[in-house]
Amino acid sequence: MDYSQFLAMKQEIALLVVFLLVFLYDTFMPKQTQKGLPAFTVVLMLIATAAGFCSHCLGSAGDVVAFAGMYQTSAVIAAIKGILNIGVVIVLIQSIKWANSEAMTMRRGEFYELLLVTLFGMYLMMSARHFLLFIIGLESASLPLAAMVALDKNRYESHEAAVKYILTAVFSSAIFMLGLSFVYGLTGSLYFENIYFALSTKLSVMLVAAIAFVIAGIGFKLSLVPFHLWTADVYQGAPTSVTSYLSVISKGATAFAFLVVMAQVFGSAYSRVWEWMLYALIIVTITVGNLFAIRQRNMKRFLAFSSISQAGYIMLGVIAYNTMGVAALMYYVLVYIFSNLAAFGVIGAIENATGKVSMDDYRGLHKTNPRLAFCMMLAMFSLAGIPPFAGFFSKFFIFTGAINQGSVAIYVLVLIALINTIISLYYYLLVVKAMYIAEEECTIARFKSACSERLGLIITVAGIMLLGIASCCYSSLLDLTSVSQMQMYFIH
Amino acid sequence: MEITAVYYLIPALIMFCCGVYGFITRKNMIAMLISLELMLNAVDINFVVFNRFLYPEQMEGMFFTLFAIAIAAAETALAIAIIINIFRAAKNIDVRTLNEMKF
Repeated sequence: MDYSQFLAMKQEIALLVVFLLVFLYDTFMPKQTQKGLPAFTVVLMLIATAAGFCSHCLGSAGDVVAFAGMYQTSAVIAAIKGILNIGVVIVLIQSIKWANSEAMTMRRGEFYELLLVTLFGMYLMMSARHFLLFIIGLESASLPLAAMVALDKNRYESHEAAVKYILTAVFSSAIFMLGLSFVYGLTGSLYFENIYFALSTKLSVMLVAAIAFVIAGIGFKLSLVPFHLWTADVYQGAPTSVTSYLSVISKGATAFAFLVVMAQVFGSAYSRVWEWMLYALIIVTITVGNLFAIRQRNMKRFLAFSSISQAGYIMLGVIAYNTMGVAALMYYVLVYIFSNLAAFGVIGAIENATGKVSMDDYRGLHKTNPRLAFCMMLAMFSLAGIPPFAGFFSKFFIFTGAINQGSVAIYVLVLIALINTIISLYYYLLVVKAMYIAEEECTIARFKSACSERLGLIITVAGIMLLGIASCCYSSLLDLTSVSQMQMYFIH
Repeated sequence: MEITAVYYLIPALIMFCCGVYGFITRKNMIAMLISLELMLNAVDINFVVFNRFLYPEQMEGMFFTLFAIAIAAAETALAIAIIINIFRAAKNIDVRTLNEMKF
């Protein structure tokens, strides 16, 4: 065996090194230095991210295939991994205060180790070109998350959320694997490429069932609508840092992996089988997510339903089935990381200081904590897609990518998505209204947020503003994807 | 009588459906977990049968099954750990006690 293949997995190796160093620090450093662990992890992750970008800029941008075609990395995959790395750094910065709190003393290391392991799983999931590696990545990205959800041992909700998450996760992965067994029975291979070419002529009931099961399995992780029922409960029960990780990084990675699977495995059955399935899923996801978000009073549940409808918008990048769709999906994930983490940063800061998470507590927040209220307002504007902010451009690009596909059905789909944007504007502005227009005295007293929380908010707000003004980074993503479109969509 | 692939696939399918039925109807979390195991094992049988009868020249299905068994074991271990936590907090493992958060 050629061991130099391992060098193809540059970003995975960097992450593994970070994990090992964090593990060693957690195990062997004396007790009084343990409070430095969160900052240590942030620094290491920053170095890994920077190293990833540098090696990408300096080194070969071409495709690398390793382990007999099981693993593949390219400029696009390296870019999405870099985007996720940025998100992880922000999550880590925002979690410092919580990780150093009294209740977390015993479990501080576990949080960081589990988080890095799930990130490693997501990397494998995005780079896999064989379903064995894909399923290992998928499971190692979802199982440790259940342990992270259960991390808050003193709250009953945390356990409840964890058990709901793990049972539904195993159920969905069983359905997913059943779909895979059908695919294997039809084609005799688990390599993405072999399946693609074997399926290009076949159409059978079994294939339809297989694709439906695979979409259901990945749709669970993405919380698309018929498979979304765990989302709100888990988001509410989990510690806020875990929720933000779950809603942003896990979702972004799975969205990209979903795109890869649909394009590279079932691409040849696009118009015959799964195009219509996705139309239905997207419409239901966006609409139900929006309508249920309106009636939520708990901020974490509210953002859970908002993230369900955002997942529907992300799926527009998959259904576009062209390079613009890929670039728009990556840009959407990048913007979504900044906007959602800004919202979760404010929620986390208020929860750490006062323990309040209800929207009614946010009434008149601008009088007592004007800066936090301002950050929250920007996050809501960006999530709703109001022009100067980044969220508008991400929605714009993803709609453009979808429309470029050109059929009448997709125009109708985009129209429905646009109408839903207006509904979403209503409930995002409910938060802004509670903070700025409500007259009552605010129940949240003025407090000074921790340095780390402020740093996290500054980064996210800067991201929202800069990505809105300099949306040209979309065109560089588009260049990247056009270069490797051959490998994305098997265009021959 | 010759034993063909169908003789294995039908029981696997029945096993899978039993698992789904059990997962939906059972109220005890351990029983739900057992139903999930049934589903996962039915999938493993599917893979082995497809490999043995349709594509005997390669071993991909067998290897997938080996990994799937290991993953299923990890899932069960984690789920039982979480269920024990629930038991400590609520003194029973009925799914109907999981009603703090709704809608």
